Amino acid sequence: MVLLWGSNARETHPIFFHHVLKGIHNGARLHVVDPRRTSSAEWADVWLGLEVGSDITLANAMGREIIAAGLVNRKFIEHSTSGFAAYKACVEKYTLERAEQETGVPANVVRDTAHAYAKAAKAQICWTLGITEHHNAVDNVLALINLALLTGHVGRYGSGLNPLRGQNNVQGGGDMGAIPDRFPGFQHVENDELRAKFENAWGMKLPAKRGWHLSHMFEAMERRELTTLYVLGENPADSEADRHRALKLLGGLEFLVVQDLFYTKTAELAHVVLPAAAGWCETEGTVTSSERRVQRVRRAVAPPPGVRDDMEIIYDLARRMGHDWGTPNSEGIWNEMRKLSPMHGGMSYRRLEELSGIQWPCYDESHPGEMYLHGRLWSDPLIGPRAPFSVVEFDPPVDRLDESYPIRLTTGRRLDSYNSGVQSERFSSPLRHGESLDLSPEDGKRYQLKAGEKVRITSRHGSVIAPVRFDSGLRPGLAFLTPHFHDQVATNDLTVETYDVKSGTSEFKATAIRIEKCEEVGVRSGH
Amino acid sequence: MDLHLTTAQATPDEQAAVDAELGAPHSGWSGGPRHIEDDGHAAFGGQQVRAERHRLLPALHAVQSHIGWISHGALNYIATRLNIAPAEVYGVASFYGMFSLSEKPLVVVHVCDDIGCVARGAESLCKELESKLGPAGSPCMSGRATWQRTACLGLCERAPAALVSAAGKTPAERVLAPAQAAPVVSLLNDAIEGRLPKEPDTLDTKLSAPQAGSPQLRLLRRVGTVDATQISGYQKHGGYEGLRKALEIGPEGVLREMAASRLLGRGGAAFPTAKKWEALHTQRHLGRKHYIICNADESEPGTFKDRVLMEGDPFAVIEGMTIAALATGAHKGFIFLRGEYPLAGERITHALAGARQSGMLGANIMGRALQFDIELRRGAGAYICGEETALFNSIEGYRGEPRNKPPFPTQSGVFRQPTVVNNVETLANVPDIIREGGAAYGKIGTENSAGTRLFCLSGHIARPGVYEVAMGVTLRHVIELAGGVGGNGRLQAVLLGGAAGAFVTPQELDTPLTFEGTRAIGATLGSGVIMPFDDSVDLKQVLLRIASFFRHETCGQCVPCRVGVVRQEEALLRLVSGKTIGSAGDEVSSVREMGQAMRDASICGLGQTASSAIESALQRWRLF
Repeated sequence: MVLLWGSNARETHPIFFHHVLKGIHNGARLHVVDPRRTSSAEWADVWLGLEVGSDITLANAMGREIIAAGLVNRKFIEHSTSGFAAYKACVEKYTLERAEQETGVPANVVRDTAHAYAKAAKAQICWTLGITEHHNAVDNVLALINLALLTGHVGRYGSGLNPLRGQNNVQGGGDMGAIPDRFPGFQHVENDELRAKFENAWGMKLPAKRGWHLSHMFEAMERRELTTLYVLGENPADSEADRHRALKLLGGLEFLVVQDLFYTKTAELAHVVLPAAAGWCETEGTVTSSERRVQRVRRAVAPPPGVRDDMEIIYDLARRMGHDWGTPNSEGIWNEMRKLSPMHGGMSYRRLEELSGIQWPCYDESHPGEMYLHGRLWSDPLIGPRAPFSVVEFDPPVDRLDESYPIRLTTGRRLDSYNSGVQSERFSSPLRHGESLDLSPEDGKRYQLKAGEKVRITSRHGSVIAPVRFDSGLRPGLAFLTPHFHDQVATNDLTVETYDVKSGTSEFKATAIRIEKCEEVGVRSGH
Repeated sequence: MDLHLTTAQATPDEQAAVDAELGAPHSGWSGGPRHIEDDGHAAFGGQQVRAERHRLLPALHAVQSHIGWISHGALNYIATRLNIAPAEVYGVASFYGMFSLSEKPLVVVHVCDDIGCVARGAESLCKELESKLGPAGSPCMSGRATWQRTACLGLCERAPAALVSAAGKTPAERVLAPAQAAPVVSLLNDAIEGRLPKEPDTLDTKLSAPQAGSPQLRLLRRVGTVDATQISGYQKHGGYEGLRKALEIGPEGVLREMAASRLLGRGGAAFPTAKKWEALHTQRHLGRKHYIICNADESEPGTFKDRVLMEGDPFAVIEGMTIAALATGAHKGFIFLRGEYPLAGERITHALAGARQSGMLGANIMGRALQFDIELRRGAGAYICGEETALFNSIEGYRGEPRNKPPFPTQSGVFRQPTVVNNVETLANVPDIIREGGAAYGKIGTENSAGTRLFCLSGHIARPGVYEVAMGVTLRHVIELAGGVGGNGRLQAVLLGGAAGAFVTPQELDTPLTFEGTRAIGATLGSGVIMPFDDSVDLKQVLLRIASFFRHETCGQCVPCRVGVVRQEEALLRLVSGKTIGSAGDEVSSVREMGQAMRDASICGLGQTASSAIESALQRWRLF
């Protein structure tokens, strides 16, 4: 069974979904949890169309039902987890009736999904931004983890928890330490012993405190503590939740360097732009997929004149700063990484090539890598710490609905476009119709709108104009926009900057809006 | 690349036609009216709905027969009902000749212009219709009807043949054979006014099975002498004695008798029937579902024996399938019937109901622990669906494209389960084999070709029809049995085995009609077609018609066949018109090369035999 939660993988992870479809054709069941009945949900045995932001209620009610029906994996809970009693006490409040009230999903459907998940021989929970682009993103994830711990659907072949990563190498970025509090291999910077290892290897002192994540950085810019920014392969000018603020702060920096394949909105604001080579075809190195598989990337073509490999640019910058690292060599850098990051230790270039990639952890050259994580939870006696249940409570979206803002706007992506459009807008697509505010046919009638008609959309944070389109996958009171076409419709002018303090992710998924008919002419039309 | 997403909606009539077949939709998501209270927060589908995929062709049939054509709106509605992508529904609908995706009058008359009918005046019938109704394919009778040419309708003994179909609230069909222009026009009038007779046809055994009543007959012994609509009549004349004995001797006993009978399949491939059955029997403990399929998609030009059997003795086919079910452990059977056989369809439907009522199908058959039922599925005008794996795809609701073998049907057949496919005639042999014992049956015929065989005589023959003879008699014998060569009496050629068979010369008439005898002269018994042509016939035109038939019927899946049948027809057209590329000899050898490529590299029997009749003629006569 696959429980796809807060993900329209058919459009946003088409390659992954192709594997899901293989499972479906082999008889796997698919339950999809999503406010919209998406094209992924069309494949589902059951679609649970919850209210935006009511995920924790749904998960907790499922947990309560699994406990009440005696479907928990008692042996696993006793052997491998902690905090079950507190969890049980917490979810006791989340009756099926309450779930129906808060999520909108009929009680019997919640019940059936809970039973199907608990009884499945193998079950996966897969999620994406529908879970994480909320002000309580981490709590949402913990609520899903609780379900896996309850049923033992983790650490076994075919069962597990899968956050689907948004880019081909997001996993690799994290693994390599491109997160504020970790060195490569998820080694904490505030751990003295680990930090000492890196200081010895690199021959210099390293900061003992974690750095800032993106949302912190913008706050620091606001405080004028952060005045110089070096942006590699990101386009925050378009992708930040409060776009007005992002533009203002980026424009006010003393020095902004952007290193990118494309001349992005952010690059337009930069003092220096460093044209970068395309990682997938013009450079040597590795990428890591969602399933933790490290694979080799090889240079197939030379970059255009004036464009350089990221690695070369960084080496040159180091030289200008007085550190000559020699000639960049991807295998050399990788071998240094293998020495410092135990989970990559056994992944020589030769083995990566021979095995067509290896899934971490891979500690030494005799280690085949691991197909799934957390298998230790099933070892007897248990290796390592117990996996904790977490007590998490329903906390509705920050941007409340009221008479002035009666419609819940949620955002997402479409099959043929990617995020702010930097990578996808250069390619034509027969499916692309430009930006539109998607509404239910019922709301179309209620507001007396015709398809294609332009409306003014206003939130507590901003106001934009967009043509409407009707999508029967939406119900009355639910609207949808993408961030793909900022030149046409600046979706992120509307969204809330409130972010989850634990992850730094903004609540893109839940904005309160109103719409008004708009006869004005001269509005920029789509391209 | 351009992509159009159609938002066309079905009309209430189209929806009603589909709902009558599939039942009412469960929710707004499956095509019903949208109730946001129920539909806004939950939807159901997935595996449960996709398991209904096999109902796609029946749904398409429903719209075609009620509306007369299938609009984009209807396709979209069916797609929503069955949770199949609209493009895929379109792909399936456009595969089958009987489904029209452009608007058409309700009443259509199909006039056969295939080789058998042409030998008996189809062209002059078509000319007359053209002068009375206008060109084929154009609307006539104030736009309320149309007529069109079609490939063999399987009514060759009564050539030239026509089939009227009237779509509407109560769809009706009527066969007219032999057909003349004036009666066709008056039948069209009747159809427009909803006055088609209730019965789509009448089986006149004097015309269709001239031997009827003769005491030597085995397979045909009840045809024309016993009421085909009453199970009691069937039972009075030996019916269900085979099944009774089968229940006594058990599956192993049945397999023993079948092996002793040495019965070879009558569909054309001549595979030992007992071997297929055994292959399923040995898998009976694996817990998979077993299926038995009666291949009644009789579409080989010149073939009509199965039709006559089903019209004249439908219970024998059902009994044969039930015995097969006992031996193979099949729980369910399908009869896949050619779409253009309305009377056979009616007789089978009626017989299935009768058998169920008398406890001969369903649970506890004959009071024993045997459970088996049969579903009738109608084809939709695709010759390729007679190929067994294409037939599986058709039943499952896909385009009738053959699958690669292996895996063979006995391992992975319909719904990927172990399946036995037998031809109608093969199955009709079974009850008598069990009743009399396999050894007795094995004594009939020759050493390598046991039993009797049905032959379909049409074309220039004095008394056309289905004839039953013991295997081993000569071609000359059968032609004489049917009153000798017809037409002008001067025999030019005989087509043996159908369009996928071979032409033989008058010098080859003493060939024994056995699998091995025909093989020795480079021919085949095929589906039992014997079609003589007198010397007034232009064989070149016959070859062209055969070439055009295969070009039309290729499924287009594999390159050798898709391209080969087109090139073959083009070369023949150039040869006939005299505008050859290079010499005529060059063209003939290119036809041969094409044939070799198709034989070597096509996925299925269609491509492998698409050139056999043509090559056999080029080899025997200096036509060009």
